[in-house]
Amino acid sequence: MMDLVLDVLSWVCLLGGATFLLIGAIGVLRFPDFYTRLHAVSICDTLGAGLVLVGLMLQGGLSLVTVKLLLIFYFMIFTGPSAVHALAEAALQDKLKPLVDEREP
Amino acid sequence: MSELLGHYNYWIVIILMMTGFYTVIARPNLIKKIIGLFIFQTSVFILFISMAKVEGGTAPIIEEGISVYSNPLPHVLILTAIVVSLATTALGLALVIRIRDAYGTINEDDIHVQDEED
Amino acid sequence: MEHLIDIVLLGLLMITGFAIVRLRSLLAVAMLTSIYSLLSASLFVVLDAVDVALTEAAIGAGISTILILATVALTSDEEKVPRHTPLLPLVVVIATGAALIYGTLDMPHYGDPAAPVHRDVASSYLHDTPADIGVQNVVTSVLASYRGYDTLGEVTVIFTAGIGVLALLGYRTRRRNSQGPGNRKLVVLRVVAKLFFPLILLFALYVLFHGDYGPGGGFQAGVIFATGFILYALAFGLGNAQRVIPHQLLRIMAAVGVLIYAAVGIESMLLGGKFLEYRVLADDPVTGQHLGIMLIELGVGITVVAVMLIIYYGFVSRLHSGDM
Repeated sequence: MMDLVLDVLSWVCLLGGATFLLIGAIGVLRFPDFYTRLHAVSICDTLGAGLVLVGLMLQGGLSLVTVKLLLIFYFMIFTGPSAVHALAEAALQDKLKPLVDEREP
Repeated sequence: MSELLGHYNYWIVIILMMTGFYTVIARPNLIKKIIGLFIFQTSVFILFISMAKVEGGTAPIIEEGISVYSNPLPHVLILTAIVVSLATTALGLALVIRIRDAYGTINEDDIHVQDEED
Repeated sequence: MEHLIDIVLLGLLMITGFAIVRLRSLLAVAMLTSIYSLLSASLFVVLDAVDVALTEAAIGAGISTILILATVALTSDEEKVPRHTPLLPLVVVIATGAALIYGTLDMPHYGDPAAPVHRDVASSYLHDTPADIGVQNVVTSVLASYRGYDTLGEVTVIFTAGIGVLALLGYRTRRRNSQGPGNRKLVVLRVVAKLFFPLILLFALYVLFHGDYGPGGGFQAGVIFATGFILYALAFGLGNAQRVIPHQLLRIMAAVGVLIYAAVGIESMLLGGKFLEYRVLADDPVTGQHLGIMLIELGVGITVVAVMLIIYYGFVSRLHSGDM
C-alpha cells in the first residue's frame, strides 16, 4: 500500500516537473523581451528540475542514491537562480533596456 | 526493416559527422571551423560508444549478480580521445587569437586577400 | 522504450548540429556547442558509458564552452556572409556521407552481443580484472593498469597543450582587483561562489579517489577542480584568482604531475619489474596495483588542474577589463 502511494506521488512529481519545464520552454519562445524570457526560464526551470529530483528521490527510497540526489537538489536551487541573476546583471551592464509599455494609461 | 533498426544509430552519427565536416570546409569564420571540428570529433565518439553497447548489459562496473556488461575497451579509447579533443580545441582557439592579432580579422576570405596583397 | 530516448536524443543532436551550421551569431553558436556536448553526455549515459559521460560533461560542456566564449569575446561577434556558393563543399560532403553509409551496411547490428568487438581482449579484461587488480570499475583498471602506457601519452598530450597555449598566448599578471563601484552588483554571485567553491573542490577529490568503485578518475577530477577555481576567478576577478594560485605554482604543478606518473614507472623498474608494472610496488600484487593506480591518478589530476588553469589564464588575461 505504502509502495503504491510513493509510486503515485513520485509519478505526480515527475510529470509535474516535466510540465513546468515545458511551460518554461514555451515562455522562452513566446515572450517579447530578453528580461521577460529570463524570468520565465529562471522560475520554471528551477521548479521543474526540483520537482523531477523530488520525484526521483521518492523512487529511490532510503538509500545512498537519495542522499546524492538531495545534494544535487541543494546545488540546483542555489546555482539556477544565481546564474540567471548574473545574466541579467551582465545585460544591464551592457545597457540592454527592458521593453517598457509606452501606451497612455 | 531490421537493417534500418539495426543501423539507424550509425547513420545519424554519419549525418552529424558530415555536418561538422561541412562546417569546416564551407564556413569562412575560423571559430566556426574549430567548432565544426569539435562536432566531428564528438560524433566519432558517439559512433565508438554505440559500437560498445551490448543489448541487456549495464555499465562496466563489476557488481554482484550481473553477468552482462558493456564493452569497456572503446570507453577507454574515447576517454583519451575526449581529452585530446580538448587539447586541440584549446590550441586551435589560441591560434585564432594570435591570427586576429596579426591580421585584424578571422574571416578566411579576408586573410587570403591580405596574404595576396603582400 | 530506451530506444525512444536514444532516437529523441539523436534527433535533438541533429537539430543542434544544423543550427550551429546555419547561425551567424557566434555567441549563440558557443551556447549551442555547450548544449551539443551536454546532449552527447546524456546519450553516453543511455548507452551505458558512465565514465565517458562524466568526462564529456565536464570537458565539453564546461571547459570548452568557457574557451570558446573567451575567444568570441576577444575576436569578432558575428560571422560574415560567405562569399563563395557552397555548392562544391555540399557535393563533397554528400559524396563522403554516401560512401560512409555504404560502409556501415556491413557493420554488426546495434547492441549485438556477438559482434567481433566483444571477443578476445575486451572479455579477457572483464574476466581478469577482479582477480588481477581488484577494482570494480573496469574502465579505470584498463585505463590505469592494462593500458597505462597510453595514459602516460595522454597526460603528455595535455602537458604539451598547456605548453603550446603558454607559448602562443603567454600571460599577464593582473593587479589585485580593488573594491570598485561596479562590485556592489556582484554580491549574489560572490556569495554563491564562496559557498560552493569548497564543495566543488571536495567533490573533485571524491571523484578522484572514488574512481575505483564508480565512474570517476584523474581526468574528470582535475577538470572539476579547475572549474572551482574558474568560478572563483569569474566572481572575484582574475587578479584575485592569480593571488590564490600564482602562475609559477601552476607551471610547477603541470610538470610535477607528469613526473609522478613517469616516476611510478621507473620505480617499478628499479624494484625488478618492467616499466609501469604495478605488481612489484608492494608485497601483495593486488595492493601494488591499487597503489600504482592511486599514484598515477593523482599525477594525472595534478597535471590536468594546472594545464586547465594555465589555458584559462592565458585566454582571459588578454581581455582588457581583467575579468570575464
